[in-house]
Amino acid sequence: MLIQFNNITKIYEIGTVKVEALRGITLQIDKNEYVAIMGPSGSGKSTLMNILGCLDTATQGDYFLNKNNVSEMDDDQLAEIRNREIGFVFQTFNLLPRATALHNVELPLIYNGTPASQRKKLAKDALGKVGLADRMHHKPNELSGGQRQRVAIARALVNNPSIILADEPTGNLDSRTGDEIMEIFEDLHELGNTMIVVTHEEYIAEHSNRIIRLRDGLVERDEAKHGS
Amino acid sequence: MRIFIYMWEGVKIAFEALRAYKMRSILTTVGIVIGVTTVITIVALIQGLNHAFSREISAIGTDTLFIQKYPWIMTDDDWFKYRNRKNITLEEAEEVKASATLATAVAPQIGTRRTIKYEEKTVERVIIVGTTSDYAITSNAMPEYGRFLSENDVSSNRAVCVIGWEVAQKLFDQLDPIGKRVNIGGRKFRVIGILEKKGNFFGHNMDIFAVIPVGAFKSAFGMRRRSIEIEVKVKSPDLIEEAEYELTGIMRRLRKLGVTDENDFAINKQSMLMDFYNNFTKTLWAVAIGVGAISLLVGGIGIMNILLVSVTERTREIGVRKAIGARKSDILWQFLIEAMMICAIGVIIGILLAIGLSQVVAATTPLPAAVTWWVVILGLVFVVTIGLFFGIYPASKAARLNPIEALRYE
Repeated sequence: MLIQFNNITKIYEIGTVKVEALRGITLQIDKNEYVAIMGPSGSGKSTLMNILGCLDTATQGDYFLNKNNVSEMDDDQLAEIRNREIGFVFQTFNLLPRATALHNVELPLIYNGTPASQRKKLAKDALGKVGLADRMHHKPNELSGGQRQRVAIARALVNNPSIILADEPTGNLDSRTGDEIMEIFEDLHELGNTMIVVTHEEYIAEHSNRIIRLRDGLVERDEAKHGS
Repeated sequence: MRIFIYMWEGVKIAFEALRAYKMRSILTTVGIVIGVTTVITIVALIQGLNHAFSREISAIGTDTLFIQKYPWIMTDDDWFKYRNRKNITLEEAEEVKASATLATAVAPQIGTRRTIKYEEKTVERVIIVGTTSDYAITSNAMPEYGRFLSENDVSSNRAVCVIGWEVAQKLFDQLDPIGKRVNIGGRKFRVIGILEKKGNFFGHNMDIFAVIPVGAFKSAFGMRRRSIEIEVKVKSPDLIEEAEYELTGIMRRLRKLGVTDENDFAINKQSMLMDFYNNFTKTLWAVAIGVGAISLLVGGIGIMNILLVSVTERTREIGVRKAIGARKSDILWQFLIEAMMICAIGVIIGILLAIGLSQVVAATTPLPAAVTWWVVILGLVFVVTIGLFFGIYPASKAARLNPIEALRYE
């Protein structure tokens, strides 16, 4: 068991108004699953992703990631967990604009103190895996949208995390480039990575083996797909 | 280990950020540069002044007292008050010499400026001093060649002179001056000695100088209505206070002053100049510290301002860094290092400019202004204090950003 959510709730207090974003979610995700999280806006899927990615903590309930109880961690421990266990892929890529592709990929290694020489090697390997070995010294504005997202994927991979967590990874790409990115995801899945993709597009979710549908802060449906 | 890797990374990030916003960084740095240059240059000037002053003042021994009509340090009003004082006379000088027990030498002194001629050559505006043989001791006037005035020369008012080093050079060049007759202000004097080279004393060239017996001075140039000064060498510098007390007593007795009468003469000594000077430089130091504090403040506010802008602009970047594992302290240091780098660049340029300015001052004025090693330490203190103090607020603002909101920031 890689991920265990036990009755997770999240309540935001905006002034005096309480908003229940998650109202008790229990789920498990195993290693090497490929999961899509879907739901209309306001369903709580962003909140769920933030908690899954250890960017936020639950109001109530326990979250075990690799047997660590994340719900009891402080900010610095969460930062370390994010660094070691989670690779983020964002809709807007979120690369550092002034840094080269190589330096962007190195970034997670800088924050865990990997020595420079080893860092360069690991980052080059990761860029090789997404087919960008020849673009490593380019800056984001010298790359196409698809290439940028591939740099972001390399950055997510470089620390060899437990989960790759993608938030609308094709949202800013045309459909052909989006398909390329989804192919990379499938390859990564086949290589043994655990993939979690948050999306509202059915055809993106189609790539996964399991779709978790949220509505009003609850799991509406959780179904494994045929043939997996 | 991790901290060192990140420190170096922080320097690179900061450098990258400064390069990306060149104009902004330059303007911010200029604030620091101006402050550092001003402070270090003022300090260099003060030190140059100290150096020059102590060099000049060392010509006056700490064991010498000067009985004079006027005190050395006085205001304009004082001058009007003191000018009706009785002149100090040769007779008083003789009495002082006879009565002072703590003195090793007592020399009356009177001076003027005259032209000295030898054959076709002349030296103008030579300081002519009329005095006695004791002057050799009180003013440390050792002849380099020949001899100084003897007691006999003085008591018989002989027309002899001891000339300064530069006068000898100009009048005689290669010739032997001893025994030659020179014309001082229309009178003939025989040269008996040449003084060793003395250099400048507060702007006066002490080598364009001649000493003659005081009696000869009186008959050649007259000294009516002129006050002399009495130079007294004390047995040891420790006895200077006691000697001053003794001399005051002698002078009051000579002048028949009543118990309630104020002294109508002044006893001057080196420490008076020293005190005056120290008071003067105290003001300079206060100015330096004031300017330093203000420029530190202005420069620091500039840095804080630029960092706040930078934090806002880079909110997304901070979010990304946090998402991939940067801790609060990592973000804090990133911005603190950036602040300190602006300071460091400013301080380095400031020190270089100050060194340049001091060299210009030293080359174009008599002030030996020089930047000393401890300004480097001062510079380091500047970097750390300004950077930390003014960087901490923007940096902690960045460090406290919520990663989710930061990632969503447009």
